[in-house]
Amino acid sequence: MAYISLPSPALPHPTPMHIPDGFLSGPVAGVGYVLAAVFVALAVWRTNRSLDEKSVPLMGVTAACIFAAQMMNFPVAGGTSGHLLGGTLAAILVGPWAAIIVMTSVIGVQGLMFQDGGLAALGFNIFNMGVIPVLVGYGVYYLATLFANGRRGWVLPTGVFVASWITVMLAAFATSIELAVSGTSPLRVVLPAMMGVHALIGIGEGLITAAAVTFVLAARPDLIEQPRRPAPQGGLS
Amino acid sequence: MKRGYLVLLMAGIGIALVIALFSPLASSKPDGLERVAEDKAFVDKGNDAPYKVIADYAFPWVGNEDAATILGGVVGVVVVAALVLALGVGLRAVSRRTAIAGTKLAGPAPPGSTGGKAGAGEQ
Repeated sequence: MAYISLPSPALPHPTPMHIPDGFLSGPVAGVGYVLAAVFVALAVWRTNRSLDEKSVPLMGVTAACIFAAQMMNFPVAGGTSGHLLGGTLAAILVGPWAAIIVMTSVIGVQGLMFQDGGLAALGFNIFNMGVIPVLVGYGVYYLATLFANGRRGWVLPTGVFVASWITVMLAAFATSIELAVSGTSPLRVVLPAMMGVHALIGIGEGLITAAAVTFVLAARPDLIEQPRRPAPQGGLS
Repeated sequence: MKRGYLVLLMAGIGIALVIALFSPLASSKPDGLERVAEDKAFVDKGNDAPYKVIADYAFPWVGNEDAATILGGVVGVVVVAALVLALGVGLRAVSRRTAIAGTKLAGPAPPGSTGGKAGAGEQ
């Protein structure tokens, strides 16, 4: 494929928090590909026996919206920006296994077509942003639904906020480990810096995800499955 | 596809396209990882991509930077949606075949049912 020279603007559009090539050593990048392949294969195996008719359009819509939302960098303190990762949102909307396929597709297109995130780093970009946030975010969301127990109010949106914030911190934590093992930056330097910045970015992730879930619950509650506790046997309610 | 799902698809992709229209308003400050890489002096270790298609989300050959970013976003939304829909249709075809095979083994399917788990979610 040919080089296409771009009119280089004074301030280039920011490369979002996707890892570029050169930040990860060869062996680390290889481990990333293995981890991504294992979880994507698991996701394909799980989804190809659980997709119902509504899942397919919902997956397409979720992927399109997360791609667009990831372009919208929002400012955080200190001349820094952040953007939605969307793993928790995808997991809530389409379930964790289909969400891994959605996130892998988004991150793959970003890397291959938009030069956002390196090619060698693609494996860990998928693992950091498309596997960890989806599985952990869904787990925390699931606990929140048990607390909310189908009631409207602040319990569920708060749980969604917390789930999203945690996933951004975990993605930043994983990235720090990968950079340190690659010899790019010592862990004692990169870890506090990454956690500090992403503690703020995670607030944006939490607010956007909670707002999006609240919107979908208001507009199309049938799209989101909310597990409920079994009815108590002669209990207080 | 049922009409309700088509409406969902159109509305959802419409929302994504509207977000893409606002993409020139995105903050151009370095993001979390980039900020840390600059502050901790390892940003220079990053390599340029070996090839470029729509690098930095700016569609090539478009002079106006905002228009290039919007066009890049719109193309991305369409490509991502098409890719995931194709993957979803493919996975669902497999799941349906598996479900029908399972039903044949288990006995005749009820009329109008695709059988198995795949049919469980349909109204």
